[in-house]
Amino acid sequence: MSALDMPVMLQLVIAAFLLIGALVALIGSWGLAKLPDFYTRLHGPTKASTLGVGCTLIGSLLYFSHQQDGVSVQEALVTIFLFATAPVSAHMMGKAALRRRLGGMPGTRNPPNR
Amino acid sequence: MTPNVRSRQFWLPHPLFSLFLALLWLLMVNDLSVAHALLGLALGVAIPIVTHAFWPEEAKIRRPLPLLRYLGVLLVDILRSNLVVALRILRPTRQLRPGFFTYPLALDDDFAITLLASTISLTPGTVSLHHDAEANTLLIHALHLEDEAEAIATIRTRYEQPLEEIFR
Amino acid sequence: MIAIVIPIAMTLFAVAALLNLYRLAIGPDIVDRILALDTLMINSIALIVLADLRMGLGVLFELALLIALMGFIGTVAMSKYLVRGDVIE
Repeated sequence: MSALDMPVMLQLVIAAFLLIGALVALIGSWGLAKLPDFYTRLHGPTKASTLGVGCTLIGSLLYFSHQQDGVSVQEALVTIFLFATAPVSAHMMGKAALRRRLGGMPGTRNPPNR
Repeated sequence: MTPNVRSRQFWLPHPLFSLFLALLWLLMVNDLSVAHALLGLALGVAIPIVTHAFWPEEAKIRRPLPLLRYLGVLLVDILRSNLVVALRILRPTRQLRPGFFTYPLALDDDFAITLLASTISLTPGTVSLHHDAEANTLLIHALHLEDEAEAIATIRTRYEQPLEEIFR
Repeated sequence: MIAIVIPIAMTLFAVAALLNLYRLAIGPDIVDRILALDTLMINSIALIVLADLRMGLGVLFELALLIALMGFIGTVAMSKYLVRGDVIE
């Protein structure tokens, strides 16, 4: 791999972005597998997974920007797209769940009476 | 209604949107040459003309400067919310107190409401689930709800009032 | 250093994808399965980007964008079907 001619600081920053992104995304998916009802499960992926992938993409952006002598902005495009669409899909899935009258976990306050 | 072929309404129904499309094209091809800039501008003009029938109305951004500040606040809050949600996920489920609450909207612009709902979904521990158009309220689910009035007040001062300022 | 970190990050994302598959398998409701598929899509974007980094190509970006697009449209279409019983009104 031709990452040898890269400054150490940049390598550190990219490595940190990749690792933190992967950890955050893993926590989001862990929440999806573990949490007790649909509405709480909705929180993990919309926030954690989106940010996790965003961090990975920014790491990749930095890497290829250095590699190809020019700013590589395409990864930023995917990141922006993900951040713009994650709340919309969460809203649509939440609506579907309300429509199917899914209940919350025991102890949920003000469950909707639809 | 079809605007006159010679008017600006016909050729440039959404000038900002056209500019945005041109920029998006340049980012996508990752090439800043004149040819791609012209192609991007051509797309920016052509796409709104073809699709303007689907657009209900033009969103009016009154002040761009508060919008930038709003985006800054949003970025910080996204990072903060991830910390909060990650901690809640890692803690035992027993300690979780999820809950729903309805948020009475003061905004009436569709685009502004969309932005607010997206913001709520991306920020600490809340996801917007349903927009009631008649009562003008949002149904919100919070991962950990301790005080409804406080949650509503936070959203009001932190996100809705800046948005009102931008779109008024 | 990056060469060491990439396999670790890929492993973490692979575990995340396995957790999504677990949720996809046990449900219990169809909405949970849609959510699991949506998250799986997001994690696979990260895996593609990391594979791209590992091979040093810088060309798999279009793939990531396409998966993001299709995943979003698929999620919204499935949710809309559950809400309305119809995708196109």
